Amino acid sequence: MRLSNEQVTPPANSPGASALSQDDSAGAMPPSGGRAGEAVRLTDVSKAYRTGRTELLALDKVSLSVKDGEFVCIIGASGCGKSTLLNLVAGLDQPTSGQVDTSRRRVGLMFQEPALFPWLTASRNVELALQARGVPRAPRRAQTAELLETVRLGGFGGKRPHELSGGMRQRVAMARALAQNADVLLMDEPFGALDAMTRDLLHDELERICTERTLTVLFVTHNVREAARLGDRVILLSSRPGRVIEEYALPRTGHRRIDSPEVSEVAARLTDRLREEMGRHGH
Amino acid sequence: MVTDQALRGLDNLELRPGQGKAEPGRIARKAWATAWPKVLAIALVLLVWELVTLTGWKKYVLKGPGPVFSDLWQQMQHGALWATIGWTLRSAVTGYVVAMIIGSLVGLLVARIPPLRAAVGSIITGLQTMPSVAWAPFAIILFGENNSAILFVVILGAAPSIANGLINGVDYTPPLLLRAGKTMGLRGLALYRYLILPASLPAYVAGMKQGWAFAWRSLMAAELFIAIIGQVSIGQQLDVDQQNLDFAGASSMIIVILVIGVVVDTVFTKADMSLRRRRGLLDPAAAN
Repeated sequence: MRLSNEQVTPPANSPGASALSQDDSAGAMPPSGGRAGEAVRLTDVSKAYRTGRTELLALDKVSLSVKDGEFVCIIGASGCGKSTLLNLVAGLDQPTSGQVDTSRRRVGLMFQEPALFPWLTASRNVELALQARGVPRAPRRAQTAELLETVRLGGFGGKRPHELSGGMRQRVAMARALAQNADVLLMDEPFGALDAMTRDLLHDELERICTERTLTVLFVTHNVREAARLGDRVILLSSRPGRVIEEYALPRTGHRRIDSPEVSEVAARLTDRLREEMGRHGH
Repeated sequence: MVTDQALRGLDNLELRPGQGKAEPGRIARKAWATAWPKVLAIALVLLVWELVTLTGWKKYVLKGPGPVFSDLWQQMQHGALWATIGWTLRSAVTGYVVAMIIGSLVGLLVARIPPLRAAVGSIITGLQTMPSVAWAPFAIILFGENNSAILFVVILGAAPSIANGLINGVDYTPPLLLRAGKTMGLRGLALYRYLILPASLPAYVAGMKQGWAFAWRSLMAAELFIAIIGQVSIGQQLDVDQQNLDFAGASSMIIVILVIGVVVDTVFTKADMSLRRRRGLLDPAAAN
């Protein structure tokens, strides 16, 4: 696997750099609806939180663009505003300044915890997402079964969340996110609470599902190996405030494994860069 | 596919084997395990009671368990006791149902509308701590000595607990679930119907259980206070027994009150437990 690494501390505008956009959008609003090829675009997005008298700048002029079908991993140390970023893209929160544009693509969100409704069975959890979209009853049943089959939980639809293992619950949550008919899947450390073996298998599963459904994924993680294993592109955020400090394109050359040397090499470089960034806050 | 196989294997390994396989005799053993401490406790109480009687303390009025239970047995042969219990249960059920309706409506409105909560939220808690017998004279002034007065006291006793249970449930809906629901596109009424209300159910049931306890106490207080001609309720029977210095009769009534209270409470506890079990809120080791 080749590794191309572009320093993108502003104002980077290297030709051929994969779509980082701090350049072309000055003044011109991106057209809403039907922007071909671009699933998510953030333009100079800042987010500040006010707590008492102090104001915390969580994100500082973050610009990024994600192409349709791209798998983008976002890593950074604590306090880099990763979760804030996902909330903004999901529309659960509004930026203090700047624009977030998903051009009417449907956005699904997954958390570190499965956040399933404990009073519903696995299949009712998935079905509710379809119901919320207004899918009529008959096709709903069929689609639910199909979605559970997609995450390989065909026989477990009647189980309640507490009867399933952590990995299985997270797969139900994935089926539920897919049921939202999402074009863009936002994942906030979705496998962070799982053991390494389960996580490894779920990486394969996620990769397969993304390819089958041409999903665009924005995947937040603390785990550099995970980022190197999954991403078409890895974006490194600085901490407090969160800024895009570096971006790595990881072109796909066949199947990657979490323990393959290429992934290790990329992970090592990401770790070094992260340590450097954390060191900045050391005094 | 290798991943598929591995994943299915892992799923099977992680699920607890042999869940819920009922073996013969398990139910009987379980029933015995829960029954014997109760039987022992009742036996102990009866023993102490008998011993106190044997000491001759208050010997002109105090009677032992033998005479009391034979009195109760005799009363049970008569229609009068059942009519008495009938009157009381009718008031209890009517009052409780009305309290449920009022408590639920008020609870939902207070939980939804912030100014309303600021206005009456603390009043509801205040009402909960109010001894309901204090309402009895007030109710008599307002309605006269009749059923409405009794129901008034019962409703004021039970409704605040029910309302508070619902408010607590709505307040403590896990924020993560709310986030998940909103991402799914649940809004407004659907958000309440599919997320907030089901999430509040355990707290709501706890409120209903507490509401029942308050309703039952309030009802006894009201019946002692409010005499309705031609209608002998448990409270009124107790009042009559008091005037006749009928220890056995009064004790029988106390036993009846206790038994009804405990039986209804058990129903609520069972509902609560099955709710928790279905949601995985019970420690599986403790549930066995």
